[in-house]
This record gives sequence, structure tokens and C-alpha cells, in this order.
Amino acid sequence: MKDVLVIGGGVAGIQAALDLAEKGVKVHLVERTPSIGGRMAQLDKTFPTMDCSICILAPKMADCADHPNIIMHTCSEVAGLQGEAGDFRATVLKHARHVDASKCTGCGKCAEVCRLKGRIPNEFDFGLRKRGAIYLPFLQAVPRVMNIDSKKCIFLTKGKCGEKQLCKEACERGAIDFDQKDETVTLDVGAVIVATGFDLFDPSGMFEYGYGRFQNVRTAMEYERLICASGPTGGHLEVEPTKEHPGSMAFIQCVGARDLRLSPFCCSVCCMYATKEAVLVKEHYPDTDCTIFNVDMRALGKGFEEFVERARDEYGVRFLRARPGQVTEDPATKRLTVWYEDPASGKVTSMEADMVVLATALVPGAGVAQLAKALGIELDESAFFKVRDPLMSPVESTRPGVFIAGYCETPKDIPESVAQASGAAARAFEVLKRKGGAAHA
Amino acid sequence: MPEEKAQGAGREAQGKEEGARDKGVGKDGGENPVPLSASPLEPSSLAPCALRPAPCRIGVFICHCGSNIGGIVDVPAVVEYASRLKDVVHAERNLYTCADDGLTAIKTAISKHGLNRVLVASCTPRTHAPLFRRTCEAAGLNQYLFEFVNLREHCSWVHMREPARATEKAKALVKMGVARARLLERQEEPVLDIEPAAMVLGGGVAGLSAALSIANQGFPVHLVEREPELGGMAARLHRISPTYRNAREVVGPVAEAVSAHPDIRLHMPATMTDLSGYIGNFEVTLSTGEKFRVGSIVVATGADELRPDGLYGWGQLKNVVTQMELERLMAAGPFTRPKSVVMIQCAGSRGQKVSYCSKRCCFTAIKNAILLKEESPDTEVHILHNEIHVYGVAFEKEYRRAQELGVRFSRYSPEKPSVSEQNGRLNVNFYDEGLRRERDLPADLVVLSTPLVARPEAEELSKMLKVPLGQDRFFFEAHVKLRPVDFATDGIFICGTAKGPTNIGECVEQALGAASRAAIPLAKGRVRVEAITSRVNTDTCRGCGRCESECDYHAISLVPVNDAFGNRLVARVNEGLCKGCGKCSSICCNRSISLRHFTTPQIMAMVEAALEEG
Repeated sequence: MKDVLVIGGGVAGIQAALDLAEKGVKVHLVERTPSIGGRMAQLDKTFPTMDCSICILAPKMADCADHPNIIMHTCSEVAGLQGEAGDFRATVLKHARHVDASKCTGCGKCAEVCRLKGRIPNEFDFGLRKRGAIYLPFLQAVPRVMNIDSKKCIFLTKGKCGEKQLCKEACERGAIDFDQKDETVTLDVGAVIVATGFDLFDPSGMFEYGYGRFQNVRTAMEYERLICASGPTGGHLEVEPTKEHPGSMAFIQCVGARDLRLSPFCCSVCCMYATKEAVLVKEHYPDTDCTIFNVDMRALGKGFEEFVERARDEYGVRFLRARPGQVTEDPATKRLTVWYEDPASGKVTSMEADMVVLATALVPGAGVAQLAKALGIELDESAFFKVRDPLMSPVESTRPGVFIAGYCETPKDIPESVAQASGAAARAFEVLKRKGGAAHA
Repeated sequence: MPEEKAQGAGREAQGKEEGARDKGVGKDGGENPVPLSASPLEPSSLAPCALRPAPCRIGVFICHCGSNIGGIVDVPAVVEYASRLKDVVHAERNLYTCADDGLTAIKTAISKHGLNRVLVASCTPRTHAPLFRRTCEAAGLNQYLFEFVNLREHCSWVHMREPARATEKAKALVKMGVARARLLERQEEPVLDIEPAAMVLGGGVAGLSAALSIANQGFPVHLVEREPELGGMAARLHRISPTYRNAREVVGPVAEAVSAHPDIRLHMPATMTDLSGYIGNFEVTLSTGEKFRVGSIVVATGADELRPDGLYGWGQLKNVVTQMELERLMAAGPFTRPKSVVMIQCAGSRGQKVSYCSKRCCFTAIKNAILLKEESPDTEVHILHNEIHVYGVAFEKEYRRAQELGVRFSRYSPEKPSVSEQNGRLNVNFYDEGLRRERDLPADLVVLSTPLVARPEAEELSKMLKVPLGQDRFFFEAHVKLRPVDFATDGIFICGTAKGPTNIGECVEQALGAASRAAIPLAKGRVRVEAITSRVNTDTCRGCGRCESECDYHAISLVPVNDAFGNRLVARVNEGLCKGCGKCSSICCNRSISLRHFTTPQIMAMVEAALEEG
């Protein structure tokens, strides 16, 4: 049987890879970043059960790493796909990590001595924590192998790093390899599964909400890191400049989404994660006032309506049907004011908040057009990967043998991504069986 | 069944390990299944290690986990402490026990020091136990002779600010682990053969898609549908959102492909009347009298539309219909276009008859409103709602298109609207939240957007399958986030509206997902089950049946025996179903049930070690 290529190491890619590997199929899991885990690894808890996100994901990540049928290609990208269903040749560009994965144990001694330690914004925490040029993306990273940021590393950019390379000296196992080069490999595969997830809309351009100008305006994903016990503040919410926990918080929904100027679509998950985020505030600080400004409160999954009711009735979260027009800041105290139309009176009114959390749109990844071209598949008008028929062929891309799963197909939550990923794995296995001649034609 | 019973009885009589060996069950890769710790440790599984002829030789490996443990706990001190514990013949520390060099150290020590127990004190078994167990097996030590102590989540991470006391706790945890390790016994994991075929219950879009995929993956499928024809609820629709294709065009091709597939056997009309067995070996009986065996089962039995009895005059007033009834009117061909149509959302849902949002009613109403508007632009269509729950790209776009076509959306709240008849015409009264006043809308047709509800038969089916229903009476999956199409019971899967309301595209995604999962055991051919299962001492079992009624997995049944103690009932554990939760062993009135690998003596030894001074 041929191998299968899975692109994207988030929860969807992981699920697709595990399903196939369990059936005895060899899977190449290609991930652009240095670790698998994707967006789910960055979340604090998941709605509506309030499971710790990384705690339920980490075992699956470990399963991937340990599975004899899964070969992980991190720091890698797919550059081309030739051939046809059942007989593809994929070109994979593997970026040099400059660390020998077979020797590194991820002990972190190198990171301790890096001359740039604490100077480079860490991607995983959206810059809320700083790292060095050599780093582990996050505590539970898989594979647990250090990574050198070749664009920042002094030795790699300048050819010299002080008297000697401190990281190389600190590594007891001789794992650091500055001579490592990018390489291109060709993989023979029978089918391809694309599960590249989403990017976050940057609200800096939306002047009205003051993100980037006001310190206490955060995006929802930044908030996830801040409220997370293993995050940059150890799970303590701190308001600038007092460093005290917020007395009142406002969550603004549909920032950049359901907005004809930006993304017209609904991201399908923000109503629920905002509710979860407000409940988390209440669990940490029961006295903090929480208001969720929403357009529609779209609680449309199993147990979701009940979750919203609990947030309102048990935790005292306030839901206000309004789309705020502006957030302003008192320059002296850094306190924020949210301006909105009161739904009951129709009058413009305001509320004060110590922190504002923006539910920014989850948008197709920056590299989708390039990837679509490399794979020879089509995008829809919103730049999600197009499926052949959203009703009966919801995992088939426009090219036979290439399947789509997760948010990159259309906005959806974790369980739907997981189900669809398994679905894509089923279809990929069908292709292998067809070509292998094991089943009927 | 007789085969399984005989086998089970045999194992009970002999003790499981021997039974397993008699069956010739080897390990993967065929290595010698009885290595170092061999026979001296075998016989009476309940006797503590101290009474056994061969001494325990325990190796302890303490992990720094970088600075995660080593930064807080004084690891060298814990190693030194461990090396002085009774039966510990080797103790060492590793920067990362899970890294290659750590694993090599374990293997080396097993052979060098003749270890017959290995204890690793590091992180969580959830992520790392399989790795260490495999390492022990590779070095010839039965994996059940491995003990795991969590010094990270249970100690260093939670006591970061008290390193001295954390070190003391780490010592205590290691001591408890050593106490249990002494009493560990080797176990063999039973390997079950899988019947390489599946059964799909339900012939709607979900069931059809699942059946077709499993068959195309190379496995025979029995498709059981209670109605005389395939297609389910979707086939009764008019056009389907968001592609507006005719329902028959959508469902027809897959139904035909299923009917024509050589590996799919249709049982129609038929229902399942009896089910026994477990993953790999389910025995099915149908209402038609047919019997067959399958390795896995997909549940795709669908849902019903709520009958809105007593709501908004449905059934009493003429021209009050549900969306489904409107679909059938439209599908039947041209009907006299009403001048004014009012649709009422959440009719029966979100607090009325059911508490949940049915997810599909908003886009269904929008689709039908668009169809009415396109065919008869002069028809006024008004959708009264309490939030429009469309989502994603396509449905949101349709929502905007409806507005552009002149469909009016008004938010009613907080009370639901009321419908009455005035001068032969319908009138809908509601409080318009946008305009902040009460309004009356005359209507020729009132359409109720009613939710999907669980089928009443789901109750009986859940009992037969031994899988749970949720509060909303829909089937309840194993984990709402990460196991959306699995049941907690191995070998049974769920998809489509039987799990909860959703749209057709998602039904198909779930169906393919279930098809992927259901085919995994079939592709493997054999499944290894954990040896951590319950064992009944039939000599002392009183047959009270408490374990049977308490077992969440329906793994225990009372069976008649006739032995030296007379004609009586005793508990019997079905190892294919047992999950090793230990509930039965803890509630048994006279300790006749013990859990392999978590026996009472093992647990008590840990408790005693914890309470002991020093």
C-alpha cells in the first residue's frame, strides 16, 4: 500500500494521521512550524466541558510521535504535487533546524546561554513571552527538539557570535549543527490530506477598537495565553499599569468577521469561546464583571445553549446584543470605555472596562494561495479550500486524491474538525485500496 | 456465544495468565513472552512478593525532566533515598528518562542488574506510560512489571515554591511506588480476532455514506434500514441548502451506489432485535430473523422533526405548517402563492419543548424564504427570530442574499409570538425588539421552524448497544471534543442526527469519520486488549448481582454454575467489554472481585508505605 501525505500538524492533521497509521498506512505528517499541536495547543480550556486543552491534546501528540507508521516532517512545507490519485509524487521542502533531532533531548541548556535569550517575541505566546534564537516552541512541544531561528541567530546571520558559540558549548550531546542545510525530498504517496487550519486576523488596522494603541485591549488568543496556568503570567490576568486583576472586562464579538469590509463569514466558534473565556474570568476572579457584546449569540452545538445559560445564570456573565462602535482610553489610568448602542433604549451609551478582549476573525492562512497552487487545488471566494460538493462530498478537494479537513475547508470547531479529519482519512484509505487492487475496482 | 463462555470459564479456572498462554497468544514480533521475571513469580497471583521464592529486584529511574522536576525537587537526594529502599537493587537519575539515552539506560540496567521490576518517576502516565512499557518489553521484561510515579504534575509543578517539602513528597511517592512494584505481577494481554465486516444502522444520508465508505475501504457491510426505502429524512426535503439542489438528486446517487455495491448487503425493512458480544465479535439478530457477526457497528439512525402539538395553532388553524410540510408543498409542484408568509423560528426549541438550538432551522427557513421569493417576488416573507443562527461561509452568505431579496427579519423577544385567526386570515402578534414595540402581521401562511428531536426508539437501541444517551436523549459520544464519532464502548461508532441536530454536509463528514474509525479494527484483523480487567473468585462469589447492576460497561453477568457448592449463580466478567475501572472490585460485598494490576494488596501496600514513618 502507498503512503499518505498529511499537511498540517494541528488536531485535524493529527487525527487523520493516527486513523491511517492505525490501519497500517505509513503517513508523512508535514508541519510548517517546529512542533505539531496547532492552535488547540495554544488554548487554555475548551468549551463546553472546560477540559484543559493541551492536557487532552498532548497524548494525541505523543501518539503521533511514537507511532511506528508516522513520520513527522516539522519545519517543512509542501512545494509541489505531481501525478494522480493513487500515485502522487510530493515535493517537500525541509527547512534546516540546525539541531540534530536524533541527538537533542530538548533539555534547554542551549537556550539558557543564547546571547539573544529573552529578546525575541515567542510565536506560541504571541510575543507575550520572549525567547532566544535557539528555543523550544513550548513546553509540551512534539518533537521535543530545540529549534534555531535562522533569521535571528547571530552566528547564522553574521557568521560570528562573540568569542564562541555558547549554545554549541552548552550542548552535552553535540546536537547543534550550524552546517545543516535546507533539503528537498520527494515522497511517493497515494493520497494527500490538507489540514492547514487558520490564521488570526490582525485588528491593528481597526482604529475603532484601539488594538496596538491601548495596552489593555487584547485579542482572544492573547487572552487564552494570559489565562493559561502555563502561560506568560502563570494564569494571572494583569491590567496595565497597575498589574492588578481586572474589575471589569468587555468581550467584543465579530471583530473583522461578519463584516463586509473584512471577512463576511461567521467564524462559527467565537460565541462559544468568548462565553468560555468569560467563565474562566469568573472562575479566577468571581467579582470581576464580564460583558459579552454580541451580534447574535450563536450557541448551536450540543450542550452549547445550556453552557451559555450557565454562564449567564450561574456565573453572572452579562450578554449584551450590541456591536460597539468604539473603544477609548483614559491616557492617565489606561482605563477603557466601550461605546455602544443600548439595545433596550436605542441610545448610545458606554461602559468602563479594565480589559477588552477582541474576538478576532479566524481567517484562511496566509500561505493558502501558494499551497493551493502547489497542490493544484482550488480555493473558494473566501480563500478556504473548495470542496467538490459541500453536501455529499465534503472532504474532496477539486483534485481527485487530495482531501481537505478542518478549519481550512470552512469555519468549524474542534469536534467537527476531528470528525472531518477522520472522514478525510477514510477517503484516503479508499484511494489506497482502490489502487492496491485489494478491493473491487 | 458458547465458545466465549467456555473460554471465559477456562480462564477463570486456571487464572488468566495460564489460560492466555494455553491459547498460544504471543506478543507482537513473536519475542519470548516469558523473559527474566519468569516462573518463580508466576503462580498464586494474590500472594505478595515477599512470600515468593525469587526475590524482587527493583530498578528506580528518576527523571529531572530538564528543570521541570530537577529545578524544584532535589533529584540526587531522592535517588539516594530510593537506593536504600528494600528490594531496590539499582537507582539512577536521567536528565530525560524518555529520551533515547534514558531508555537505553533502562534496558542496560535490566540486563546488567537482572531487574524484574522497573519504576520510572517522571511525568504523567497518560503521555509516557506506553513508551516505558514498550521499553521494558523490548528488554524482555513484561510491561506489567513496570511502575510509574508522577513527580511532575503530582509534585514539582504544584509545589514550585516549596522545594524542600516537594523533595520529601517525592521521596514518599517513590516509596509508595516501590511498595506497589514489589507486588506487581506479569500479565498477558488477550488478543481478540476481529470479524472483518461492519454493520450500519440506518439508511439515511449518514448511514449510506458510512456504508459506502466502509465497503470501499474493502470490508463487507450489513446495512439495516427500518423503512422500505433508503434516503431517510433528507430524501423527503425539497431542495437542500446551501447548493439548492433537488433532494432526490443529492441522495439518489449515493443510494444507488449502495444498492449496487457488491459488498453491501441491504436488510430492509428491518431492525435490530438483539445484540451480544463485543468489539470484533458482535452477534446481531434482526427482526427478519437473520443473524450475522460483525466486528464493528456504526449507528446512523437519525432524528425526528418535532410535532408542534399545541404550539402556534398547529393542527388547529388552517395554514399553520412546519418547514417540513412547506417543503413537501413546494416539492409537490406549483401551489397558490400566498401573499404573506410569516416564519417563526425556534418553534418548540430553546426553552419551549426542548432546551437546545436545533442548528438547522435558521438556514432551512432562509432557504425556503429565498425559494418563495425567487418564485414569487411579490410574496412578503417575514422571518421572526430570536437570533439568526447561521454559521460559516455559505449559510451566512445565504442570510445576506435573503435580505437582499427582501426577506424581512425581525427579532422577537423576550416572549415568543402568538398566532390567531382574525376574519379568516392568520395574524401573528409579537414584540419587535428592533422597533421596540408590539406588532401584528397578517399572514396567509405561518411556517413553524421546529427542531429535530431524538427518536423514541433511541432509548431501546441504546440499551441494546450498551451506549449512553445525553440529557437531550440524543446518543452521547465518548468525548465531545476529541472523540466526536466514537462511543465509549469499543467498536461502536455514531454519526449524523442520531447524535444531535446538524446539516447534511456535517452528517456526511461524521459518517465518513465513523467509517474511518469503524474500519480500523477491521483493517487490523486482531485487537489486543489491556490486561487490566476484573477477575472473579467464583469460590467466594455469592451471586448477589451488585457488580452486574453497577458495571457501566455491562461487562459482568450472572451465570448459573453447578459445582461443589451446589446449583447457584456467580458473576462472570466479559474481558472484551471490561475497561478495568475497578468499580466492581470496590463494591463487591466480600472481596470476591479483584482488578488485575490494581489489586487490593497492591493499593494497601501503597497506603501503608505512605503512612509509615521515615
